[in-house]
Amino acid sequence: MIPPSFTYQRASSVDEALSLAAEHGEDAKYLAGGHSLLPLMKLRFASPAVLIDLGRVAELAYIRDEGTYVAIGALTRHHDVQNSPLLGSDIPLLAHTAGQVGDPQVRHRGTIGGSVAHGDAASDLPASLLALDASFVIRGASGSRTVPAAEFFRGIFETALEPGELLTEIQVPKPAAPSAWSFQKFTKRAIDWAIVGVAVQGNAIALVNMGPTPLRARAAEAALASGASIADAAALAAEGTSAGSDIHASKAYREHLARVLVRRALEEAAARS
Amino acid sequence: MKVELTVNGKEITADVEDRMLLVHFLRDVADLTATNIGCDTTSCGACTVLLDGESVKSCTVLAAQADGHSVTTLEGLASDAGEMHPVQRAFHEEHGLQCGYCTPGMVMAIVSLLKENPSPTEEQVRAGLEGNICRCTGYHNIVRAALAAAEASK
Repeated sequence: MIPPSFTYQRASSVDEALSLAAEHGEDAKYLAGGHSLLPLMKLRFASPAVLIDLGRVAELAYIRDEGTYVAIGALTRHHDVQNSPLLGSDIPLLAHTAGQVGDPQVRHRGTIGGSVAHGDAASDLPASLLALDASFVIRGASGSRTVPAAEFFRGIFETALEPGELLTEIQVPKPAAPSAWSFQKFTKRAIDWAIVGVAVQGNAIALVNMGPTPLRARAAEAALASGASIADAAALAAEGTSAGSDIHASKAYREHLARVLVRRALEEAAARS
Repeated sequence: MKVELTVNGKEITADVEDRMLLVHFLRDVADLTATNIGCDTTSCGACTVLLDGESVKSCTVLAAQADGHSVTTLEGLASDAGEMHPVQRAFHEEHGLQCGYCTPGMVMAIVSLLKENPSPTEEQVRAGLEGNICRCTGYHNIVRAALAAAEASK
């Protein structure tokens, strides 16, 4: 399959990317690693007239220790997040989650910013970033703003990004107890998207593919906070979710998986900490 | 648009459509047909090549994205004198192929894997090949070949 025709433009800096986006308006899409966008284009689910390739915007590929948090440039590849010694020691949930995305070839190309901006509720990194209370730095024509993960994911493939805006940095607070983490992903084949996934950091629980956006399992979190056992809290994991039914699983099966995986995740996080 | 890629050490310049995929560039422009197109949906890994030394699925990279970069295909692995790369030799010795369709992608994925982890465990090899599907399900000998190549390269 060949993608529909488009005009390829290349940005070498954030400023150039923003000005190309302003010039081409809503006909343009940013291209990072391309491992979500190009497959969608091949299937004609997306057909932007212009692609603005960010692959050479070197200023956005970094992982920086900022003391209380780690700043990750949006174009940092999954491979580099997975293998970062800083993230491995201070935010192991994130390094591990990056290693769960796709396969090695995908991780050599795909970027953390691309995954976040794509806003797919079935992808792994958004849920872990939600559990970690990350924030996203967005640049636009009128300057820069920072949006917490809890307000960033709005709906099916819908995020707080306005047309022309560019996600530039992911800021992840260092958890007080870095080792209290777990990531559970239920798939049929290794490379599949999660039918349901769970990211746990401390008492924060985020769910993959249990609604139109990544979600926090608030009822289970509240139960934990008021002293409930892991089993009792996990029994509430599907409260407030709105999982769909598809060829992979029914809504009821997803809810069952959420309860099982949350229990496993909380047990693993507790055993690690 | 005009692109210039270094493929197996040789510079290739061509005027291509903006939407041309790297795999089509390799097969149709560079005339290197070892790289197979399998699923064409980033799943099967048959089209795996090295981009700047790292495995990628060339059905999901634009030729334009690879412009100015270096690509290695299966044809580029053997020495100039025709001596097989250790991973190729290990596939031969361990019977690491059946129909052969996935083989070029498997070999390139393993070359990349061993570069990142020269002494992998069997489990690490299996996890490292999660992006490559063998339609003959001949995985055991492929994994053996990867481990043998790691051993031979020590």
